[in-house]
Parts: sequence; C-alpha cells; structure tokens
Amino acid sequence: MTSLDKTIEPDEPETHAETEPEIEHEELAALASTAPVGGSVSDHIHNYWQRVRGGDMGSLPAVSGLILLTVIFSLAQPSFHSLFNLGNMFTEGTATIFIAMGLVFVLLLGEIDLAAGYTAGVSAAVMGRLMVGYNWQWYLTIPAALITGLIIGFIVGWLRAKVRIPSFVVTLAFFLAFQGVMLYIVNNGKGQKGDLSLNDNVVLAFANSQMPLWLGWALGAAVVLGYAAVKVSARMARLRRGLAAEPLGVAGAKVAVLAALSFVMIYLLSQNRSLHKTAIPTNVNGKIVLVTPPKVEGVPWVVPVLLVLFVAWTFLLGRTRYGRHLYAVGGNEEAARRAGIAVDRIRISVFVLSGFMSAIGGIMIASNVSGVSVQNYAGNTLLLAVGAAVIGGTSLFGGRGRMIDALIGGAVVEVIYNGLANLVQGPNGSSVQFIATGIALLLAAAVDALSRRRAGASGLA
Amino acid sequence: MADQPILELRHVNKSFGPVDVLKSVDFSVYPGEVTALVGDNGAGKSTMVKCISGTYTIDSGDYIFEGNPVHVHAPREASALGIEIVYQDLALADNLDIVQNMFLGRERVTGIVLDESSMEQSAGETLASLSVRTVKSVRQRVASLSGGQRQTVAIAKAVLWNSKVVILDEPTAALGVAQTAQVLSLVRRLADRGLAVVLISHNMSEVLQVADRIAVLYLGQMAAQVRRTEVNQQQLVELITTGGSENVNLAATNGASA
Repeated sequence: MTSLDKTIEPDEPETHAETEPEIEHEELAALASTAPVGGSVSDHIHNYWQRVRGGDMGSLPAVSGLILLTVIFSLAQPSFHSLFNLGNMFTEGTATIFIAMGLVFVLLLGEIDLAAGYTAGVSAAVMGRLMVGYNWQWYLTIPAALITGLIIGFIVGWLRAKVRIPSFVVTLAFFLAFQGVMLYIVNNGKGQKGDLSLNDNVVLAFANSQMPLWLGWALGAAVVLGYAAVKVSARMARLRRGLAAEPLGVAGAKVAVLAALSFVMIYLLSQNRSLHKTAIPTNVNGKIVLVTPPKVEGVPWVVPVLLVLFVAWTFLLGRTRYGRHLYAVGGNEEAARRAGIAVDRIRISVFVLSGFMSAIGGIMIASNVSGVSVQNYAGNTLLLAVGAAVIGGTSLFGGRGRMIDALIGGAVVEVIYNGLANLVQGPNGSSVQFIATGIALLLAAAVDALSRRRAGASGLA
Repeated sequence: MADQPILELRHVNKSFGPVDVLKSVDFSVYPGEVTALVGDNGAGKSTMVKCISGTYTIDSGDYIFEGNPVHVHAPREASALGIEIVYQDLALADNLDIVQNMFLGRERVTGIVLDESSMEQSAGETLASLSVRTVKSVRQRVASLSGGQRQTVAIAKAVLWNSKVVILDEPTAALGVAQTAQVLSLVRRLADRGLAVVLISHNMSEVLQVADRIAVLYLGQMAAQVRRTEVNQQQLVELITTGGSENVNLAATNGASA
C-alpha cells in the first residue's frame, strides 16, 4: 500500500479544480465542492494525458488502431474505401457488436460467456424454425428469439451465481451443448431441414433495407442534439451546486467531433452505393430492355437498432444504481456485499443481458445472410465478439469497461476482417483473417494487462 | 462527557459449539468518547464486534441501544440503528472514485437517475467538515489513494451516514507514522462531534494517546473497563496478558461505575 503513497495524480478531469500541485497537504477536498468554474482547457488536456500515461488508456489504443488500419487498407486496396464496402461493413460488423455489447456486462464482473455465439445461434434457430415451419409472423418470432436468449442467460447466470461453477466452465459446456441444440432445431420439426432460408420482410430489413434519406439525417441530428443536451444539463446541474464543470471548450469539441463523424457517415451512406449504377440490358418477358437497378442508399435499419440499445445500455451503466453496483461488484465483490448489494442477483443479471444481446446478434446475422445456418454461428462469432469488447478497452479482469468499447472494438474487428478479405484472396484468405484477428486480440489483451500493471505502479487504475 | 451509554452489552454470551468465545461480557460505549477495545489475539474482540454488527447473533444477554433492548440479526439492522463498522481490509472498490465509494449501496437518485452532483457535494462537505485536506479531488479513484487516505474515506463514509456508533477495526495497522497521526486525529475529531467511537487496536501507545475509556478482553471475559486516566501502559499490558493487575482496583472500575 505504501507504494501508492508517492504519486497522487489528479484523476477525473471533470472535477479538477485549480490547485497548486506543490502543496500536497493543502489540496482541498473542500475545493472540489467550493471551487469556482473549474479547470481550463489546457488543465483538462494535461489531466487526460496524465491518465493515459498512468495506464488508464480507455479507448485510445483502439481508436488509433482503427485509424491506422483504415489508412493502411485504403492505400493497399482502393476498393476497401468504396461506398459499397462501407455499407457492407455496417451490416456485417453490427452483429458482432450486438454480442460484444452483451459481453461487456459479463466482462465487467470479470466473468466470461463463451456460449454467447451459440446462444445467438439457438435463438436465431428458434426464430427460423417458427417462421419456416409454423409460419409465425416476425412480431412473434423475434420476441421468441429474445426470450430464448433471456432464458439461456438466466440458466447460465444461475449456475454461475448459485451453484458456483466458474463461468468459464459453465459457458464452455453450453458452447458445446448449444451447438448440438442448434443443429437439432434446424434439422428437426416442421418445414425446411438443414439451412433455413428466411423471407420475412421485417427480419430481412435490418441488414438489407435502408432508412429513407431524410430519416437518416433526422437520426443524425437527434443523436448530436441529444448528446449536446446531456452535456448542457449535466453542466448546469454541476454549476448550480458550485461544482467544477467540464470546460466549455472541451464539451463543445466533443459535440463537434460527434457531429462531424455522424454527418460525414450519413452523407456517405446517403449516396447510391449499388455496384451497378447504370442501366443494364435485362431480359423482360422475352424482350431485352435496359433496366436501371434499384438504388442502394441510406442508413441501414440495423443502425438505429444499434444506437437505441447503445444509448440504453450506456445510460444503464453510467447513470443508474444498477450500473454503479455492477462496477462495484466487478471492482471489489466483498465491498459490494458489505454495502448491501445483492451480488448474486447482479451476477445473474449480466448473463441475462448477455443472452438477450446474443439473441439480437443472432437475429441480425440471420438478417444479413437471409437465413439460419449453423456455420454462421460457429466458433469465430463468439471470438470476434470477445475480441471486439477487449480490443475496445474493456478489461478482462473486471471492473473497467464501457459500452462504447464494444462499438469501437467491433469497428476494428470488422475493418481487419473486411480489409484482409479483400486484400488476401484465394485459398489462404481466411487463414490470414484468423491469424490477424488473433494477433489483434492478443495485442489488446496485452495492452489491458500492461496498463493494469502500470496503473498499479503509478497509483492510477 | 455523557452519562448514558449509547450502546451497552450486558452479560453477553456467545459460543461456537463447545467453545465459549464470549463469557458474560459487559461492554459500554458512550457518545462523544473514544472507547478502545484491546485484548490479545483470540480474546474475543472480533467476535464481539461481529455480535454488535449483527454478523453473529448473541446466545444470551442483553444488547441495549440508546436505552432500549434491541435484537440485531443482520448487518443491515445494525446500520439502520446507526452502527457502522470500518473494517481492517477497508471494503472500498478500487475502480470507483471517492464519491461513488462513500455512497455505495445508498446512492441518491432522482427517479432512476443517479444524482451525481448532489452526492459529490455532500461527499466534499463531509470530508471538509472532518478537516480532511489530504484528498485532492473527490472524483479521484480510490486505487490512487494512499493507505491513510483510504482509511479516511472509509471513516468519512460512516460520518456521511450520520452514524451514532463507529467501530474501527485496527485502522492504523497498515499505516506509516504520519498517516497514523492523521487517522488518529480524525478519530479524535469524530468523538468530538459527539459520535461514539470504538477503536480496536494492538498499539498501546496509540490507545493511551487517543482513548477516553479502555475495555480489556481477556479469554472471552471483560477483564476491565476503565477510564484512560486510571491506567498506565504497564498496567494495561498486564491486563491484556494476564487478565488482571495488582495496581488497578477492578472492582471499582469494572462496568457501569465509570
């Protein structure tokens, strides 16, 4: 404990008050509540840099990696940054992100859910079987898939929390068993056997249809205005109580960056990204006529679904009692228990959330490939999702991580996957993909472990 | 200072199977005073504290709080009465900041949303009211704090919740000289605010320096409960090691007569 004494660095920049760093014993707890409008922009940046140096890097490695990889692939392979490929990456990569978002909850407790991939598979198979065998409508089959995910999550969580089997073993067992369950569902029951093909418009719409252009822009505006509103109201609440608030410049810059990113993306997605833009000769009723292929433009429908869940889970983690307790259990289970937190209930709940998100991921995979087939949920579905969460900056040791990690990490994973698929074609294509993604995961885990050690040494964690 | 004990145990027994750990123990804690609880390893200090905190239930005897007999069966019930225990291993979550730790399990919310600014303000005020000046920002993560600062946060947490009795389990065991002094002066300030403080410690000079009363447990029995002014270090050591001392008139000082 004495090693922690030496370095006491300012940590959370939001509340940093202007003090003189030299006089350690006069640094006031009181100041935190009585300081005038705190911290200049340069203080703020300085504090952030101190945290990064102290090992609290957050999403920084993932964001840098994302930018670097995008540049490399764009230079090596011009088709990588084509509009068609951009739209493709959105619909392909989001399924991983849904599952990764569920895994963030599990990882925050220092647990693991190896069954997430096949939970997605079983849920999608339930949906598929009900559709092809029993003609159920989407408004029944989607809830059925979600409930399947919830039940699976509850069983896993119960076995972990109450029977106290390590989550690695429980979920490894389910990883094996669910493979069989999924096979059974697609090969038995009424209707088509083997690979189930879906033709429900709503289920297919997530990955294959786009929002009207105006709605895409409206969505972007709503996101940016909502974020700005949150910033403003938080600032006003703090100033009202005389607490140090984030400098206006920093808050403004964050909103501006978000606005720029969203609107550039929406602009790009609003272009016609169809590979065939000009009319092509087509045989219509025995006559050859020129037919212009339908435009592919707009934000895919999967994006608003992703955004709604992302906002909801971010709110849950950061602004509610439940989220606070989740972090506490991940940080120090004993402390949480003594504070009266129902640790077992929290532990079960994270697996339930993971099961739910896996089910959504499963539906999105089914939507993307227009069917349910075991191979689409095999091994790497899970591993890419775990990779996404960890690459994004969620710690494998518990207690540290945010929902945004799943988004950023998922983008990195998708860029690697998609970029390499275009770059290295032929028989060794997928071998290179696996190796590269494995290396990225290893790097991320190494950054996590090293930053943790560094944080321990510098007193920041 | 105060005549009525806020917390009193009378003839309390506790045994685990055939082992009698507490044998007819009397113990009184007064508001505005620091009561040191000393005794050798295995004397029953931890068991007694766990009986007070509700982790263990007493077998027989009376548990009297603010003059009324009460039955405490769970830690929550003890907290509800206003009894807070600050454990040796601290029970703070490293990945949370000071405010989050101080309000852990009792967060303030408006609707379902955490009321961060109100919690931050109260945490800051509590630390300031205890004259804690060693903490840079209340939004610092606990992982970045020194041992003394962590102890301070844990104690301030008890104050924040308007506890009436604060029991500190060896708060200075892991601390250096300067930090020990800081924590002891904080202990003194707690008592000066009118709280009843129970200090469990193995360090005799520390006990003699800060305590108003000293209770000595010896093999599960209360060997003596005396005023600080009535003993010196040598007598105290004798009481702890042998359960008695020739120079202390135990009959006159034991129990309620103090």
